[in-house]
Amino acid sequence: MSMVALAFYLFALSAIAGGLFTVISRNPVHSVLWLILAFLSSAGLFVLLGAEFVAMLLIIVYVGAVAVLFLFVVMMLDIDFAELKAGMAQYMPLALLIAVILLMQFGMAIGVWQFADTAEASRAAVAPEGVQNTAALGLIIYDQYFLLFQLAGLILLVAMIGAIVLTMRHRRDVKRQNVLHQMWRDPKDAMELKDVKPGQGV
Amino acid sequence: MIEFFTTTNLGILLLTVGQILLLVVPLLVALAFLMYADRKIWAAVQLRRGPNVVGVFGLMQSFADFLKYIVKEVVFPAGADKAVYLLAPMVSLVMALIAWAVIPFNDGWVLSDINVAILYVFAVSSLEVYGVIMGGWASNSKYPFLGSLRSAAQMISYEVSLGLIIIGIIISTGSMNFGDIVAAQDGKYGIFSWYWLPHFPMLFLFFISALAETNRPPFDLPEAESELVAGYQVEYSSTPFLLFMIGELVAVVLMCALVSLLFFGGWLSPIPGLPDGIFWMIAKMGLAFFMFSMVKALVPRYRYDQLMRIGWKVFLPMSLVWVVLVAFLAKFELFGGAYARWAIGG
Repeated sequence: MSMVALAFYLFALSAIAGGLFTVISRNPVHSVLWLILAFLSSAGLFVLLGAEFVAMLLIIVYVGAVAVLFLFVVMMLDIDFAELKAGMAQYMPLALLIAVILLMQFGMAIGVWQFADTAEASRAAVAPEGVQNTAALGLIIYDQYFLLFQLAGLILLVAMIGAIVLTMRHRRDVKRQNVLHQMWRDPKDAMELKDVKPGQGV
Repeated sequence: MIEFFTTTNLGILLLTVGQILLLVVPLLVALAFLMYADRKIWAAVQLRRGPNVVGVFGLMQSFADFLKYIVKEVVFPAGADKAVYLLAPMVSLVMALIAWAVIPFNDGWVLSDINVAILYVFAVSSLEVYGVIMGGWASNSKYPFLGSLRSAAQMISYEVSLGLIIIGIIISTGSMNFGDIVAAQDGKYGIFSWYWLPHFPMLFLFFISALAETNRPPFDLPEAESELVAGYQVEYSSTPFLLFMIGELVAVVLMCALVSLLFFGGWLSPIPGLPDGIFWMIAKMGLAFFMFSMVKALVPRYRYDQLMRIGWKVFLPMSLVWVVLVAFLAKFELFGGAYARWAIGG
């Protein structure tokens, strides 16, 4: 077995194990940690496919930022998850129904899936010959699909403004510190030096 | 013999392990002396003597500390999550060490010469926060938890500006490979061809963000002794604590290597005509480490709201404006192409 195949099975196994334990582990913090393992393994799979830029982005964005926020929130929750999970049994039939429908849909989609003769070759070579796949991605995103890229950015901007507007409460009853104001304070205006004679007081 | 190491699987594996040891062992030995240097510099600034008892001039101090740590007892706090508690220091050290896989010390002297090297370092350094968060949570104690919450917010905030500064360098070079970045700084003016001159303001921003990213003073709020005792490390003893310490210091040295590669031309010689080589790289890393130590000795600790303010309200807008500016300067090849090094044959 070649090294690449070995690495593939290793990453695939740990991705599946990570996904499985995310669902079944009792402690929510452990769940997030297993989820991180699943992310890292899928980044490894991307590297094996030759898409190293996407792999690095997956780690930076999902593991480095999104999962940290997950962990941040989950760590601070004080909920008895055992109690929550106790009521799960009554939803089981519904969950099973959804799972079966999803499985059937997958089966229908993949059953009639046909691969082109060139699919295998084009999957092995992600970027055209002589171009790094980062550069190839850049050309596609910033030249070919420039408008879509800009629109996606606009949607994110709107979402960001919306989130800020929804959550910002400007409380007037708390004292706030203005750092610039503090830095511009002049000792001459703020204090007065008095020459106190001994034994007399101010 | 050579065929065995280049063709068979076992041979390639042995060769790789050998190369890794060749990098990691000198790094860890150098770390012991860097730790000593750090304490000596700190002491000198405060007019103390620093470590001077163990060995000649106290040179063996770090090794004595090392022995002391590994023979002590590992203490588990009551109610600690044992698996995560032990995993945290390991994550901290491993994440700090694997980033060195892509750091070149001389032309071609690198374990893995990949296209996205700088993104890889950035990705790995964004994972370092997990050691701190996991350690703080698994200790099941108040101060570690507060420390880990602080570090999570702090490291994420400063990663944003670090990333934007790096984007400026990538735009100038047109590549994310460290070899290409250093080659792009090779010019006929020696020290004045390096990126510190065209990217001058970003050098300071990068240095300060690196301090915050590695939890060094004046931004060592996750482990602030005066407020949180020692933050996420409070409950740790013995070898796990040692792993945290080494991981932190390796991350600092990594940042020194990044400063010298991105802004000071890596292994290039500052004076045209002198030979390039690994000694320049090491000298530049040493200089950067000296700056890290001096900052630790000179600057008082920031307040937490000041740290967040300077990260989001000062550094982020500045580095964002700089990216736009560099993109403009590089596109139109202004200033003799100083910002468009790929165009002048870097």
